[in-house]
Amino acid sequence: MRHFTTLLRSELWKLLVNPSTYIAAFLFLLIMGFLFQLILVDYASDPKEENPSITFFRLFFVPVFFMVPLLTMRSISEERARGTIETLMTTPVTATEVILSKFVAGYLYYAVLWAFTGCFHILFYSFVQEDSLFDPYPIIGGYAYIAVSGTLFLSLGIFASALTRSQLVAGIASFSLVFGFIVVGSYLEDLALPFLSLPEWLDMLAKHTDVLQHMRDFSSGIIDTRAIILYGSCSLAFLFLSILVLEYREGAS
Amino acid sequence: MDRAFKYERAKSRSKSECHLLGHRNNSESGYFAHPIEATNANKDIEIAASMKDRFLSGDCRSRIRSMPTKEDQTEYTIEVENLHKRFGKLEAVSGISFKVEKGQIVGFLGPNGAGKSTTMRILTGYLRATSGIARICGISVASDPHEIKRRIGYMPENNPLPQELRVREYLKARARLKELPLRHRGKRVDEVMERCDLTRAQDRIIGKLSKGFRQRVGIADAILAHPEVIIMDEPTIGLDPHQVIMIRDLIASLRGKMSVIISSHILPEIEMTCDQVMIINSGKIVGQGTPNELRESFINSTIYELEINGDLTNLRESLKTVASELEVTQSEEADERGFSKVSIRIPGNHEYGEMIFSCLAGNPLIRARSLLKRQAPLEDVFLAATRRSWETLDTDLAKTPVSTDENPEKAEISTSG
Repeated sequence: MRHFTTLLRSELWKLLVNPSTYIAAFLFLLIMGFLFQLILVDYASDPKEENPSITFFRLFFVPVFFMVPLLTMRSISEERARGTIETLMTTPVTATEVILSKFVAGYLYYAVLWAFTGCFHILFYSFVQEDSLFDPYPIIGGYAYIAVSGTLFLSLGIFASALTRSQLVAGIASFSLVFGFIVVGSYLEDLALPFLSLPEWLDMLAKHTDVLQHMRDFSSGIIDTRAIILYGSCSLAFLFLSILVLEYREGAS
Repeated sequence: MDRAFKYERAKSRSKSECHLLGHRNNSESGYFAHPIEATNANKDIEIAASMKDRFLSGDCRSRIRSMPTKEDQTEYTIEVENLHKRFGKLEAVSGISFKVEKGQIVGFLGPNGAGKSTTMRILTGYLRATSGIARICGISVASDPHEIKRRIGYMPENNPLPQELRVREYLKARARLKELPLRHRGKRVDEVMERCDLTRAQDRIIGKLSKGFRQRVGIADAILAHPEVIIMDEPTIGLDPHQVIMIRDLIASLRGKMSVIISSHILPEIEMTCDQVMIINSGKIVGQGTPNELRESFINSTIYELEINGDLTNLRESLKTVASELEVTQSEEADERGFSKVSIRIPGNHEYGEMIFSCLAGNPLIRARSLLKRQAPLEDVFLAATRRSWETLDTDLAKTPVSTDENPEKAEISTSG
């Protein structure tokens, strides 16, 4: 892991000097701000029991669907299309270092983007009526969930990017994987035909993979270790697969 | 019965000896992974030597003699033996074998799709060979690709570079990746930029540089970490004549220190810089040697260029005394003074200059202005070599079953013996 910091530094530097980073960040915050404002308008017309922050986190999958593919589709496939992967892999770096540096750089960017949305809550609580109760735990839980689930979504994206040299294919594959995990994972039990009862193991599986339920749990303050293990192990598995793909395709040691 | 058994044993033993002697070279240059392995190998060499004294007979003798010669003591930085690479049904490299001495500059020539880039990529460890052995500084590329990457500087075809970085940033990052020690890093980056004439472009973004500059950034990157072997795939493509001369001088200055393999389509380029030229066609080496050696083996004629004032038939008549078979052609029309350029092609590689002079002096009807022996351009050698390989390929195909001339053992004996 000797070259990890070098690679990570150059990845972060590339992100910093690239204008598209700032454009993507701007659009992300614009959409998130728009969603938050919609929620507030809805709350103003029809008062609800729940904290608006929780409703905001429930919509986390909207930016994930477009941000994760956009963030990760370039990572390996662009290097492959440009040919720079060849100069990279003929230096004494390992595939593990390359994949991990791309993943960590992407993850840090993703985390920074979400951290900016913290301003919405600060703004909201600074202008809210004085008698309303400030409850920080749903916000902490929500961000914790985004941090944990981010590892999996980004590793799915990196894996999709490691598979191909076309950024478009990588983007579509990454979107499909993330969509599959969120939507199919959440509605696994509803996919069964109505007249067939689900086998018990599938029922159990469906309970574990319910992404929306995980979000609900985290944003109401329940930090569930089962979910953490699921996301952690799946992201490690996909990172490992990406390393294997890179080793196979680029002949690295 | 007993004798026959002994003979067989000697034969197999000498085979293993050959193998072990290969190892000894490695242990001398310090590339043994484990000292135990090295001592075992030395022990085996001793045994092999005693066996050699005992069984000096027949086939065994010739094999033993062929191995421990002076030739083996020269240090080879690149050794390739019977390398094959298949992409599905296509055999991109089929049985290439060659060796490059330390400090030598070797040029790869070949038409597009001949397997030059594939061979280079295998040497860098980027592609895996289907079969065969490739060693860099005695280390097998297949068994330790990580280590050989510390010993090579590689510039791929089309010279891919990150578009968004500045020249200096890029070279510094590469120096870190190539494990240059911290205290030498800045100095070395400055040095290579100076050598490649990049100092004035050091703060410019690579994506906005002209092709010549970009090409030089790639070359600077290849020589950055003082590698023992430099592999460059078409380094001078897209450069103007000044830059070509600069790069040629740069490559020539590496002679003796680093082994360099370059591929190029620009034949005079290769001829001027390289000590050894390899012509590759359809995945096979069809010609190998110094440019002059190649000329001798592929071009079987001598060409003289003459400027004369006089009749061509007259010239033909008087030149008959020089050689029985010669071809005289007028290459240019006569100028205002009545002198025209004539080329004389004589089969065989001999010196005829003096004889031509005396012939012309003896003929009062012909006045000569200049006589020049023209070296066949490498282009002709290249064309002849590739044509010959296609012809042999055709004859091979015509024969059934196909006879392979790529027997590695045979080739090895013939080269070393």
